[in-house]
Amino acid sequence: MLGVAGLTVTYDGFSAVDAVDLEVGDREIVCILGPSGSGKSSLLRAVAGLEPDARGRVSWDGEDLARVPPHRRGFGLMFQDHALFPHRDVQGNVAFGLRMQRLPRRDIDARTRDTLALVGLAGFEHRRIRELSGGEQQRVALARALAAEPRLLMLDEPLGALDRALRERLVAELRALFVRLGLSTLFVTHDHDEAFALADRLVIMHAGHIEQVGAPAAVWQRPANAFVARFLGWNVTSAFTDAPAAVRPDGVRVVEQHEHPDAVAGEVSARTFHRDHFLVAVRVDALHADAEPVQVEVPVDAAHIPDVGDRVALVAHAGDLVRFD
Amino acid sequence: MTSGTTTGGVPRAARVAVVALPLAFLAVFFVYPVLAIVGRGLAPHWSADLDPLGKVVTDAALRHIAWFTVWQATLSTVLTVAVGIPGAYVLARCDFPGRRLVRALVTVPFVLPTVVVGSAFVALLGDGGPLASLGLDQTLGAILIAHVFFNYAVVVRTVGSLWSHLDPRPEEAARTLGASRLRAFREVTLPALRPAIAAASAVVFLFTFTSFGVILILGGPGTATLETEIYRQTAQFLNLPLAAALTVVQLVAIVLLLLLTSWMEGRQRVTLSLRAATETLRRPRTAGARLFVGANLTLMAVLLGVPVGVLVVRSFDTPTGLGLDFYRALGEVHAGSTLFVEPVHAIANSLRFAVAATVIAVVVGGCAAFALAWSHRRGLDTLVSLPLGVSAVTVGFGFLIALDDAPLDLRDSWWLVPIAQALVAVPFVVRVMSPVLRAIDPRLRDAAATLGASPARVWREVDLPIVARAALVAAGFAFAISLGEFGATVFIVRPDEPTLPVLVYRLLGQPGPLNFGGAMAASVILMALTAVAILGIERFRAGTVGTF
Repeated sequence: MLGVAGLTVTYDGFSAVDAVDLEVGDREIVCILGPSGSGKSSLLRAVAGLEPDARGRVSWDGEDLARVPPHRRGFGLMFQDHALFPHRDVQGNVAFGLRMQRLPRRDIDARTRDTLALVGLAGFEHRRIRELSGGEQQRVALARALAAEPRLLMLDEPLGALDRALRERLVAELRALFVRLGLSTLFVTHDHDEAFALADRLVIMHAGHIEQVGAPAAVWQRPANAFVARFLGWNVTSAFTDAPAAVRPDGVRVVEQHEHPDAVAGEVSARTFHRDHFLVAVRVDALHADAEPVQVEVPVDAAHIPDVGDRVALVAHAGDLVRFD
Repeated sequence: MTSGTTTGGVPRAARVAVVALPLAFLAVFFVYPVLAIVGRGLAPHWSADLDPLGKVVTDAALRHIAWFTVWQATLSTVLTVAVGIPGAYVLARCDFPGRRLVRALVTVPFVLPTVVVGSAFVALLGDGGPLASLGLDQTLGAILIAHVFFNYAVVVRTVGSLWSHLDPRPEEAARTLGASRLRAFREVTLPALRPAIAAASAVVFLFTFTSFGVILILGGPGTATLETEIYRQTAQFLNLPLAAALTVVQLVAIVLLLLLTSWMEGRQRVTLSLRAATETLRRPRTAGARLFVGANLTLMAVLLGVPVGVLVVRSFDTPTGLGLDFYRALGEVHAGSTLFVEPVHAIANSLRFAVAATVIAVVVGGCAAFALAWSHRRGLDTLVSLPLGVSAVTVGFGFLIALDDAPLDLRDSWWLVPIAQALVAVPFVVRVMSPVLRAIDPRLRDAAATLGASPARVWREVDLPIVARAALVAAGFAFAISLGEFGATVFIVRPDEPTLPVLVYRLLGQPGPLNFGGAMAASVILMALTAVAILGIERFRAGTVGTF
């Protein structure tokens, strides 16, 4: 089990990671989700031992790793943009970790072959890195990290460079693979869908701090603070309550003012189409002109879909409103 | 956000040694000789005496030499850039069959030894040459054409490599906004190319300012430059104080030039949007475009091909018809010759010196490249490139006066020549290896570490394989440079141990068709040996180094 306590990484006086506590249990897939620049990559590098100036405690099964150099930690790291060795072919990259473990040649070849088959690249052994597509390079990088059988697998935005369709397919494949191999996994991404689909436990990170930890469903149901709520696409607004509260766009409904005397009146300022619904931005009359418009999800099959400039009335169920203490 | 792993975990003691070796080498074999020259020039008898230096300023003949040095370098630079820019466009932007081959061939003159260039143009323009009737032999004209021949590749390569990556869309945008082709080139493309043109001009000016072999062989009365005059004052008149004073003037001029160049580079940092070279290639479609490409290819063929061709032909063109007589004669000592040994020994001498110089240059230059990759101290960078700018003649002259006496008496040491040649080659070795070392992504080392490689193993698995190929390429260059090195070697080589370039120069200075033919034959052999070294490099480069 990975334990991280009070981990801090500072670059030129700026704290990229600020006193972070974190745990990854055996066979658990933990996903760190945060906007770019939130310190996710630095956190992974520090856990791998690649940030010599990191402060705080990194431990495995209770053993402090402060004096253990990166090559003895047994943590695999799949780098953002892959960092494949350009002077070696696919086989040379995937077998690298096994060679470091001084395995017999036959075992190395067999495990390289198996791992390449596992990521769907059987027969790619002698291809050169430059000849591979982005998706193939991503699989080689994954195979390289997996082949060494790390006790913890860390992945830094592994799907970042790929197109959307490929990403959606790979997310499902990756989760199945991690579960099947029983790997402890620490995964970093800025993509919500990727994080929700992959994680057993979700960690929301922002400006070097952890904002919330929980099961994906729990985090999605109840964001801990305004940052998490906004980051997940919720409205944070005082339109329906005295103090700002969070409400999902699908928790707000467009109604007829005369049927709902307590509805909030406003004007539509923008409308965008999202496959199964429209997202309608409403400027609420009662709020200051600078206040963010309230985002409302309107199903495509709704009787009336308001357009820009239309006057509308909004209601939100008390049960859909999340108040922060 | 790179970590502190750029040194690849090399132990501190080894790092200190790697930094110290090139520093010590340059201090003893470059800084000390240069200081000795300055000492001789300003205080010949251990007390300040500015007479020799004053003479350079007051003496009309010497003033003319200084002026002519600048004048011929300026003309050479303007001509080379004017001829080279269209060539750069054709090779960077136009797609035609054989383009890659032409690009490779165009580079050949630049790597030819200067004496080969000199004797090729003597063969072309001198007595009995096909263009002798032009009367260019021993004139400024001959020097200028030879300089264009020699430096054409500098412009084509430097400007062309930027041009091939330049985003063509701004020029296309200018065309849609109503600019003519010429106007769009002048207002959009030319400003974008300016950094490359300035860099190429600076290099060409520096090379032609310090041009030695070409001017010594092709020039005549009235075409003396600082370099040739330093040699003449040393070798013919033994006037070391005056030679030293001339060297000091030349050193000051070069330092000013280098400062000016780096100041200009600092000023013109432009952000360009660059594309892959393959995206900017266009097949010439219109008749005008084809004519333009054809005219430039013809010019390249004539300018670069004819002198070399004539050289080869005249090496076989004996008084009794085509034959190998001149090559055979290289194995004999003739009566009345000032050569003490069979000329053929020069080949063995050249090869031995070049091998030793290559080993020294790769070790010293390789260490310097590592030191540069680890730290970003500009001082070391400048120090390492100085021998390149300061000219081979200065190196040779410095060795002559600094290393023939206590505390460092190497006058009779066989190593003197290879060390001088290595000094000339070190900047090229650093230029080849340093970008490769710097380009090693530090995350590759991190990746290797997370996969279980210890720091020493990381160095062996990541750095070494990449470095080894760069070192091979650098060794090829160092070998070719040492083989053709003339300016430094001619000062210090023992009369009974001439190298091929020195042999060529001596043979050209003696009368008679046999000596002339011998010079042609020796030049062809030197050219062939250089070609082998360069072709070896291209193999390694094409296979690997150029691919990432």
